[in-house]
Amino acid sequence: MSEAAAMTVITRVPGVAFALMLLCTVFALTSAGFVTPTNVANILVQSTILLLLALPMTLIIMTEGLDLSMGAVLTFASISLAIVVISTGSFALALLAAVAVGLCFGFANGILVSILDIPPFIATLGTLGIAQGLSLLATDGQSVVGIPRSIDRIYSGALAGIPLPIVIATLAYGATHVLLYHTRFGAYISALGGNREALKIAGISVRGTLILVYLFGGLMAGFAALLMTARLNSAHPTAGIGMEFDAIAAVAVGGTSFEHGNGWLFGTLLGVLAVGVLRNGLNLLAVPSSAQVASIGALVIIALFIDGLRRGQ
Amino acid sequence: MSASDVLVQPRFALSSNLKQGLYRILAAALLCVVLSRLSGAFMTQANILNVLRQTALLFLMASGLTLVILTAGLDLSVGANIGLSACLAASVIKMSDSALLGTATGIGCGMLVGLANGVLVTALRIPSFIATYGMMWMLTGITYFYMAGETIHGFPPAFRQLGIGYWLGIPMPIYVMLLFLTIGTFFAQRTVWGQEVYAIGANPVAARLSGVPVPSRLVLVYTVSGAMAGLASLIILARINSAQGDIGEDLTLPAIAAVLVGGTSLFGGSGTVIGTLIGALILTLVLNGMNLLQINASWQPLVTGVIVLLAVWISTRTRQTNE
Repeated sequence: MSEAAAMTVITRVPGVAFALMLLCTVFALTSAGFVTPTNVANILVQSTILLLLALPMTLIIMTEGLDLSMGAVLTFASISLAIVVISTGSFALALLAAVAVGLCFGFANGILVSILDIPPFIATLGTLGIAQGLSLLATDGQSVVGIPRSIDRIYSGALAGIPLPIVIATLAYGATHVLLYHTRFGAYISALGGNREALKIAGISVRGTLILVYLFGGLMAGFAALLMTARLNSAHPTAGIGMEFDAIAAVAVGGTSFEHGNGWLFGTLLGVLAVGVLRNGLNLLAVPSSAQVASIGALVIIALFIDGLRRGQ
Repeated sequence: MSASDVLVQPRFALSSNLKQGLYRILAAALLCVVLSRLSGAFMTQANILNVLRQTALLFLMASGLTLVILTAGLDLSVGANIGLSACLAASVIKMSDSALLGTATGIGCGMLVGLANGVLVTALRIPSFIATYGMMWMLTGITYFYMAGETIHGFPPAFRQLGIGYWLGIPMPIYVMLLFLTIGTFFAQRTVWGQEVYAIGANPVAARLSGVPVPSRLVLVYTVSGAMAGLASLIILARINSAQGDIGEDLTLPAIAAVLVGGTSLFGGSGTVIGTLIGALILTLVLNGMNLLQINASWQPLVTGVIVLLAVWISTRTRQTNE
């Protein structure tokens, strides 16, 4: 580990780990049901969908980008998956449909951001509208129900005693880790945020790298759609709305900076857990979900405030 | 480009905008012709007044946002701000039975939210799109929490005049729109502060070095954007006569679309307030036309999304050609 990387760990670990510990302590003291094996397993399983979105979001934010369409794309992928599995009965085809939807939107985002040079937050705001419209059109605003049990088992099943969603999330984390820290592509992503000009001079295709990053986001949204559909056992045109915000919150809390591409994947994992613990703890305290949204908004602004203070030093 | 152009350009930025504006007026006129051909209901007095009333509302939401985008910033919290301001104003009117107090609450709440955005962007140096995005979710949560699924309805007739009243046969919101169009245009084009807003958007470093108090101007534009959202919330409230937690939902994207279609560059420094009025008119015509042609309302977010992307793409291309 280089000195710079070591410094990153030293300055970042306390922030998000402290937040996580603080949240756990508060909820352990205020809610009797918090520290039980069932609830801890619950938090972990429930956090898997968010992790699948937060991993690519980390990479996207590292390129000084943003993907606001992720929640809407997740929703449309989930609806496509449900419709295909109900009409064909084929699990493989349904997963293919969800992943294809994710990849199409990821590709569109990538083209808009890289080839057409549209700022990411506005490009993905546009595709958010498109995905939301398609979801409404495909369902007429109704839930898609009658999904076969085979899908349901993806969320409730286990492999060697470990819940399947955790197996999937672990694989996704491992793959993203290798991609970011052990491939050239990962090095390009790090360079894109902090040193775009150098990358251009070195003859690396900035546009190609950007398109791949957003494609990765779409791919993961497709897999997350599988988990979400399995969890809800239905698909609904508003089910995933706002999920991108939880993902952005997790990345921000995890210490990835919105400028200069300083990213930290393990921080994102801790950030996902922090958001998961916050939502779970507030649920146990019977706090309405509206107040949960407000508290996550506050969490992001606090995290960015601390990030701003760090940069100020 | 001659030397005199260089001098004139940053001051008023009107000559090239005039041409762009004419294209847009032409587009709006074309839309009117096409829509009147397609639907007999378009050219009726009721529908024209309806289009104008909608345009006025969209313009009011987008006018403050125009100033923010002129500084190369963005305010994604407009819709959520309208939601919270409307709900607070509604409950104050219900409790005090005073339209004046309610109006002050709505505009005051909007202003405070805008001020908070301004502080996040300047003092804490958080990028505007992410600060206002966090704000949007925080406000949404607070609004839903405050309303707890309830609806507040039935406001005094004096207050409702703001939304449904007429004067000389013209709906009230249009007078409000004309008032703020005049104020906004005068501020942007004829005051030092307005020119400083353009300067910040064109080149923040140069603006700072030439003595523009960048942070305080930024706080000002975000506060104005918030106050306009508060004002818009009152007109919505007066018109639909009820407030619910989701009242501001789905309003941000159309507001941004109106600004961008109106020719204000997302990269700051160029655009006009009157352009936003034309943008609001074009967007309203498109959505009104879809209604008249009985196209499923589910198409609206999709179409608005495509319009935003097209508008930004055109402005990006124009910028690249200019460079």
